[in-house]
Amino acid sequence: MTSDTDARPALETPWRRLDKRMLVVGPLGSLVRFLPVALIVLVTGRGGDPMRLWLPVAIGVLAILAGVVRWRTTQYRITAERVELHSGWLRRQQRSVPRDRIRTVDLTAKLLHRVFGLSVVQIGAASGSTAESSGLSLDAVTTAEAERLRRELLDRSRVAGTAPAGDAVADPPRPRATELARLRWSWLRFAPLTFSAIAGVGAVGAAVFNLFDDLGLNPRDITAVDDATERLTHTPIWLTVAVLAAILVAVAVVGAMLLFAERWYDYRLTREAAADGSAAATSGGAGIGTGTLHVRRGLLTRRSLSVSEQRLRGAEVVESLLLRAGRGAQCKALSAGLSRDAQGGALQPPCPRDEAHRVASAALREHPQEITLAPLRRHPRAALLRRMTRALGPTAVLVAGVFAAGAAVPGLAWLGPPSLLLLPLAALLGLDRYRNLGHELTSRHLVSRQGSVQRRTVALQRAGVIGWTFRQSIFQRRSGMVSLEAITAAGAGGYKVLDVGAADGAALADAAVPHLLTPFLATGPEPGP
Amino acid sequence: MATAVPTALPLRPPAHQVSPRAVRWWQLRALVTLVVLVAPQVIVLVAMGGSAPGWLAWTAGATAAVTLVYTVVVPPLLYRIHRWEVTPEAVYTLSGWLVREWRIAPISRVQTVDTEHGPLQQLLKLASVTVTTASARGPVKIHGLEDHAAAELARMLTETTQATPGDAT
Repeated sequence: MTSDTDARPALETPWRRLDKRMLVVGPLGSLVRFLPVALIVLVTGRGGDPMRLWLPVAIGVLAILAGVVRWRTTQYRITAERVELHSGWLRRQQRSVPRDRIRTVDLTAKLLHRVFGLSVVQIGAASGSTAESSGLSLDAVTTAEAERLRRELLDRSRVAGTAPAGDAVADPPRPRATELARLRWSWLRFAPLTFSAIAGVGAVGAAVFNLFDDLGLNPRDITAVDDATERLTHTPIWLTVAVLAAILVAVAVVGAMLLFAERWYDYRLTREAAADGSAAATSGGAGIGTGTLHVRRGLLTRRSLSVSEQRLRGAEVVESLLLRAGRGAQCKALSAGLSRDAQGGALQPPCPRDEAHRVASAALREHPQEITLAPLRRHPRAALLRRMTRALGPTAVLVAGVFAAGAAVPGLAWLGPPSLLLLPLAALLGLDRYRNLGHELTSRHLVSRQGSVQRRTVALQRAGVIGWTFRQSIFQRRSGMVSLEAITAAGAGGYKVLDVGAADGAALADAAVPHLLTPFLATGPEPGP
Repeated sequence: MATAVPTALPLRPPAHQVSPRAVRWWQLRALVTLVVLVAPQVIVLVAMGGSAPGWLAWTAGATAAVTLVYTVVVPPLLYRIHRWEVTPEAVYTLSGWLVREWRIAPISRVQTVDTEHGPLQQLLKLASVTVTTASARGPVKIHGLEDHAAAELARMLTETTQATPGDAT
């Protein structure tokens, strides 16, 4: 291994291994994953079959070997400029992330890791060029080491300073942390209103089914279940449907609440000031801090997300239809390096709408009226026509298709009239989508709102806009509208302002980022190309 | 109604057109699409002989007709619409036919510049230039440039971006 201690020891950072406890946790993790297979083999195999005993043993030995190889071949180091990770045995992988590209640090400790005091460190970086990897993960180091890495990697003031060598180096002083939000259990009422309620049904169902399957049980073998099935088959069909629906809703509600509790138990949002604290207000302006936003949560799996404040490009308040009906919302951070899944960048659980706007304002250090609560400009009436066409058009085609199918296949004829109900629903959706459209330019942010089933109010830092895309279909061209998209490195990569007047759209983009668009603006009234 | 007369987007078109040979390129691509779409239908028609369903001949004919009309009409139109421009501050392109798209990326945020020659483009000595910024949604593409002009443009852009400090995010 590389141990050039003689040549410039100050610059040559030694390679480090993952924690020794991974020798136990790694194999245990794979064994848990193989447990169902092993159980099935043990339960179903015939008595004399030697495979029955040897297969689990072989799996066990392989898991231990894989764990040892993985531990032996994985090395990482953190130099003054980059984080490097070498891994793999037959296929060596060398990943490297420049430290000034690091935007987020994610710590995750699943139950098994927690028992052994370990955490997985996931480093998210701004991914621009394809040559640089967009992040890497250390699975796993001690929780104390993970915590140290988290603070060190996001603290840009220390990048140029001493290269951290190892545990011998004193921990950076614990930063001052201000609490911005914490969990209130009354928010549990929003859990069934999220899309995870549907996932909840799936999760609970799958868990129960797996349990039965793993134990080699057929649910029909249990007398209670069998009795219930018997009784159901003898009741009228509407009652069966109603009972099943009620059970499904109950499972969804309970499942969503359980998921909520697992995800958000002991949730806390804090801001940690930079270690030196001197460069509080730098060139970026008064509203931009140099600290770190820190979200901690989780009951079984502990998760911790850290977002560098200098790299925070804004916030969005997301309200799904049900959540909106219950006056709830959720605030998410816009930053590069966040995972793209549903929980990526979530700064809080689903909670009351006011709380979501408050957290957005606290995270961005702006008055709510300057960001997500800014009074928004409505979009022109032509936008209503476009939203309605887009909602009603496909629905009309669908309804026509259903009627055509009814005409062709007599058995499906009854589907036609009920499908007409879809039309008013689509009209309502289109109307709501129009009503939700809005945008405004505040002193430091571009605020834009759209969507109905999933309404998003995005406040994007104007300084974070790195390009524009204008799109105009022939219909939009006729009605003098344009959709523009602000391109940014953070979050989804681009945030749209749908259907604004053509002149207003260009003026908005020109005002949001001075000088970028100006040379391309038409000087006088001239027809398009 | 606030605005009685619909206003055009007040952006001037970018300065340069792409290579006139790009028309040939788009036409060739349309012809390739024609072959890909029609050939299987014709093969089925021939293979099944008299037992082929009647509508198959119709769809094959319709596909061929639509693609041929596209091949004749659309590429010259695309050539008239597609334009690009690079200033010391920004890359600016206009593309699209039914949906027009104007893209602007500041030079200071450009991370990589790629040139690309597909098989058809090599045949016609054409190239595409892709300018990537830090955003996943942001690549600005200029299709159908003369290959030496594309190489020159890529070289110039690479030099400019390397001269710009910062990590372009």
